[in-house]
Amino acid sequence: MSKQKITGKAFVLGRNIDTDQIIPAEHLVYSLDDPEERKFYGRHALSGVPDEQSGLPEGGIPLVEEDAFESEFSIIVGGPNFGCGSSREHAPASLDIAGVEAIIAPTFARIFYRNSVDGGFVIPYESLENLSKEVETGDELEIDPEKQTVTNTTQNKSYKIRPLGSVADIVNAGGIFEFARKEGMIDVKN
Amino acid sequence: MGMTLTEKILANHSGASSVEPGESVWVDVDVLMTHDVCGPPSISIFRDQFGEDARVWDKDKLVIIPDHYIFTNDKYANRNVDILRAFAADQDLPHFYDVGSESYKGVCHIALPEEGFTRPGEVLFGTDSHTCTAGAFGQFATGIGNTDAAFIMGTGQLWVKVPETMRFEFNGSSMPPYLMAKDIILQIIGDIGVDGATYRTMEFGGPGISCMSMEDRMTLTNMVIEAGGKNGVVEPDAKTEAYVRERTDKDFEPVYSDPDAEYHSTYQYNLEEMVPMVAKPHSPDNKATALELEGTKLDRAYIGSCTGGKLSDFKAAAEIITGHDLKIDTYVVPATTEIARRLETETLNGRPLIEIFKEAGCKIGNASCAACLGGPSDTFGRLNNQEVCISTTNRNYPGRMGSKDSAVYLASPYTVAASAVTGKVTDPRVFIQETVI
Ligand code: SF4
Repeated sequence: MSKQKITGKAFVLGRNIDTDQIIPAEHLVYSLDDPEERKFYGRHALSGVPDEQSGLPEGGIPLVEEDAFESEFSIIVGGPNFGCGSSREHAPASLDIAGVEAIIAPTFARIFYRNSVDGGFVIPYESLENLSKEVETGDELEIDPEKQTVTNTTQNKSYKIRPLGSVADIVNAGGIFEFARKEGMIDVKN
Repeated sequence: MGMTLTEKILANHSGASSVEPGESVWVDVDVLMTHDVCGPPSISIFRDQFGEDARVWDKDKLVIIPDHYIFTNDKYANRNVDILRAFAADQDLPHFYDVGSESYKGVCHIALPEEGFTRPGEVLFGTDSHTCTAGAFGQFATGIGNTDAAFIMGTGQLWVKVPETMRFEFNGSSMPPYLMAKDIILQIIGDIGVDGATYRTMEFGGPGISCMSMEDRMTLTNMVIEAGGKNGVVEPDAKTEAYVRERTDKDFEPVYSDPDAEYHSTYQYNLEEMVPMVAKPHSPDNKATALELEGTKLDRAYIGSCTGGKLSDFKAAAEIITGHDLKIDTYVVPATTEIARRLETETLNGRPLIEIFKEAGCKIGNASCAACLGGPSDTFGRLNNQEVCISTTNRNYPGRMGSKDSAVYLASPYTVAASAVTGKVTDPRVFIQETVI
């Protein structure tokens, strides 16, 4: 729900994080339906990011600890062009499964953006500045969609985010299907 | 005010007389394509949302082309194909190109035109980012995710934000003999960056386009996604019509950009001044000329994929490879079974292309995506270690072709073949001049 505040620990990445880094192709074989197999998308989320660029500024921090399935970080802060590459919806899904709720980046690749919104996985917020240079992995953040701000409570700084615009209705509904049902485009539940 | 080709198609398919960039519209879909990686999750969302017994909106408009993880022992990958097979049988789908059957094709973006699904003026969505390839035929074609695909399966519609259009004009009346469309698109991506066309259309035109074959045009539109583009388009002409008519009986109505259409920006390129280009690891916009990189040591060469695995790509590679021994392991993977067959029948100086490759020691794979995206560890041509590879594919992100420790240089089939002969990055002009003389 876009109207509610999102709080959590930041996980910081650089620019051009592509879908092969978000979920390497070799893991795409697991079923998203099977609750046991599905967890592996969480385990391998962001496992394709080169170590030194994972969890900036220091690097060497995985999103998900080696034997875990979920992350302690719930907000990703990335550089420009987040989610470029393939159309695999497994990418936003894997972040969702790992426990990520929102991503803040100056720009997103469009298929990733669409998938995040239409699938109701994670909320992509566009920031005016490149916050990946400001925020440090582990900082506590608070996103306030009403005020269109993100506050770094660790560093005591606040930044602007862009309004969601025409996708807000889909984000608020929780995905394209929920939106279409609300609008009467498709029958209410199966 | 006039409209661009992309705006016109979106207007025609949303029942509006005109549309403007930035507007969101719901469009009717002419073709939905999916494959073995994204098909099963799309099907599962479709069933979940529309019910176990739901039927797809129009079975003639759904095309299923398994191509990604085909020749592997990975049990999960094989299960994916089983799911597609069961769904196609259950829904009685006429356009399913099953693995192991006569109809098996290989890489979806090359199979779609071969089978007549890339019709000018239409709207095509596919669960794969390189769906933009079909824009070479004047179609609106773009990649989507599984949720969107499931939505289309049930409704035949999808929302689209109308993109702004960037125009790329090519001047010059012919392609220089050493230049390939791959060099041109690598140059453009290097110039505008991997996010230079994000949310936008890349429209290719000008006199230089008319001298390009349909396969050349497909190489251009194929890689618009590497610049972040939503779709790429080339205005249809006589070549387009001839290609499409040969492959389908369906009617279609080509549309063209108006002379007074508004563009986000316009770029000019002179074909005669362009040179062989390479994208260095680990980004498609990390450009250099082949000449600048001369001497860079390589372990492997790879010729294949939806970008560089078409018949014309192999003809180009064979021109250079013929009569040479290769210094490094070289993998040849035809995109589709039709191309694989043509490798046996097309000849160069009287010899079938396939023989030229075999004699030079190339390893020949089965039609599929193979190592273009790494894949399961037993995938043909996969980079499993620290190899340095020069490839005709489209992406060189970290780990794209397998191991995170590997490094990939992207180049044209000419450059890849020339580099395979010397074992180092090599400007193909040396060989081409030899061939000409
Ligand atoms: S050949 Fe490569 S880029 Fe093309 S569809 Fe297959 S995996 Fe994707």
